[in-house]
Amino acid sequence: MENACSKLEQTLKSGRLAITVEIGPPKHSSPEGIVATARLLKDYVDAANITDCQSAVVRMSSLAASLHIQHNGLEPVFQMTCRDRNRIAIQSDLLGAYSLGIRNILCLSGDHQIFGNHPTAKNVYDLDSIQLIQLTRRMRDEKLFFSGEPIEGQEPRFFIGAVANPFADPFEYRVDRLEKKIDAGAEFIQTQCIFDMERFSRFMELCVSRGLHQRAYILAGVNPLKSWRAARYMQTKVPGMIVPEDIVQRMKEAEDPKAEGLAICAEQIKYIREHIKGISGFHIMAINWEESVVEIIRLSGLNRPQC
Amino acid sequence: MKGFEPQIVAFCCLNCAYSAADLAGSMRRQYAPNVRIIEIPCTGAIDQRVLLQTFEEGADGVFVAGCLEGDCRYQVGNIRAKKRVKALQKILDETGLGGERLEMFNLSAAMGNRFAEIADEMTRRIRCLGPSPLRRK
Amino acid sequence: MIIAEQKPLAEIAGFIKDCERVLVAGCGGCVTVCLSGGEKEAEILASALRIKRRIEGRPLETVTYTAPRQCDPEFIEAMENVVREVDAVISLACGVGPQYLAERYPDLPVYPAQNTKFAGGSRAHGVWEEYCGLCGDCILHRTGGICPVIRCPKSILNGPCGGSQKGKCEIDRDLDCAWQLIYDRLKRLGRLDLLKEVAPLKDWSKARDGGPRRVIREDVMI
Repeated sequence: MENACSKLEQTLKSGRLAITVEIGPPKHSSPEGIVATARLLKDYVDAANITDCQSAVVRMSSLAASLHIQHNGLEPVFQMTCRDRNRIAIQSDLLGAYSLGIRNILCLSGDHQIFGNHPTAKNVYDLDSIQLIQLTRRMRDEKLFFSGEPIEGQEPRFFIGAVANPFADPFEYRVDRLEKKIDAGAEFIQTQCIFDMERFSRFMELCVSRGLHQRAYILAGVNPLKSWRAARYMQTKVPGMIVPEDIVQRMKEAEDPKAEGLAICAEQIKYIREHIKGISGFHIMAINWEESVVEIIRLSGLNRPQC
Repeated sequence: MKGFEPQIVAFCCLNCAYSAADLAGSMRRQYAPNVRIIEIPCTGAIDQRVLLQTFEEGADGVFVAGCLEGDCRYQVGNIRAKKRVKALQKILDETGLGGERLEMFNLSAAMGNRFAEIADEMTRRIRCLGPSPLRRK
Repeated sequence: MIIAEQKPLAEIAGFIKDCERVLVAGCGGCVTVCLSGGEKEAEILASALRIKRRIEGRPLETVTYTAPRQCDPEFIEAMENVVREVDAVISLACGVGPQYLAERYPDLPVYPAQNTKFAGGSRAHGVWEEYCGLCGDCILHRTGGICPVIRCPKSILNGPCGGSQKGKCEIDRDLDCAWQLIYDRLKRLGRLDLLKEVAPLKDWSKARDGGPRRVIREDVMI
């Protein structure tokens, strides 16, 4: 088990287009839902991100949920935020996760607790996402704890991921920050949900001009819309998102909004594949609508990597 | 409450409300005799401690009367007084005495009638509220 | 300076509900400047407490005294005469004052009248903002003179995070994104190169995480 490598890494290295999805652990102790999702998606995608109490809402731990997924044939990307753990807890979880056979990690700062169901909690942020990337990489490459103390024994050897948000500001710094993450040691990048294709194209042109797509695998984030209200909500309420008005209108005028949402998502994937350079795969974020992933893959003509 | 005659203290700016009270007198305009007038240079000069002390000494009601907004001789004295009175109303609510026993009014020196109306209005209000629990027995 | 905000009257009155005579102690330091605990505020609080208690039929006697500072032992020492006559002290100083009083007068109940909020300054009349996290290891030289430790809600040292939009923070659209400010300023100074380097892990042992801190300066000892 210790020597197994990341299938996601193998797919990306082989040059095949990778598909990852996002699975949110439950707000209870039963794994049934995520197990069913894992069984549904395992033949269609390369790996599934397991979120770490996303939106700062208490959920089953990302580590435990990652294991449930893994035991059911789907490779997890263990998401690790800096919100709830200090450097001691983070390293402890890294050692534990690797010992359990988890091979992919995604390093994030995490949503602020004010958005969740425990807004009066104390936050940690002992380190930030870039420091987490750098030190997790150093654990692997130099066998050192974050403090610099050597690891005597098996070091955790993760395939290290990070996120990039081309839609946050200042735009001109976003590519610099992505480069900083890659310099720090990130090997694959998943982007925030893309709706503003024009801005994403500009972002990717800058990435490609600096060769960042050759230094890390960039997966474009897409999100199927369920309704025009969801689109409006993301447009106005979710920080760091840009949803163009024509998409909201298109959803509003649709007879079958769900079908329209899937169609838009598939169009976006096709557009990105045909027109935007430097993309190594897609990250489909369909939390609470995981079954849509199969349809999106079919509609967009993505090859099913495991089939 | 029968036989209750409110004791009301009015802090009046000499540039407006105080002259308006004078004018009401010259006009022989009748108004509630319950109001005791104290002349001040500007409502902006009112110290919240003095207003509290007035209540502690047994006043049933207190009002501060300054110039019309925009007409303060010192530009913004009456605007500041308004904010201070509002803050003090909150404190009076918290003490249980009730912020409604304190009020701020704005009028010009030419508004003798308005002064009489304010005096009557405040007297009516305090008569309804009853005597201050801090009244010296 | 230290910015403090008075507790609600009912809470303060609750602390001293069994007392008959209390000292309401103002402080001439920071809380005088931020208009929450100086001589004037002490007298207003004393008056409000007296009014409340008289209405409740249990009159309270108050003594007010404002020390030049409540964070120096000699000024606490000087309060001995007033302190002797009261059942309890309500301190309008920051959190330091009640502790100095408690230490010096071990038999006397001491209550805080303030919630001590932060180290900051005034932005406009009546508006105070937090500027310093008192972390014990200043990094302002690397961040263009803008502190991400306290002004970024996630204390991110390599920002801005993905929630920064139009110069504002994701947690509050009225809050400037500290990292946008840092970026703008470093750009203006021609020092964007400072952002290329990954800021190292912060040494929190120099902050309160290392236990209560102490500064010792032999050169100023007498």
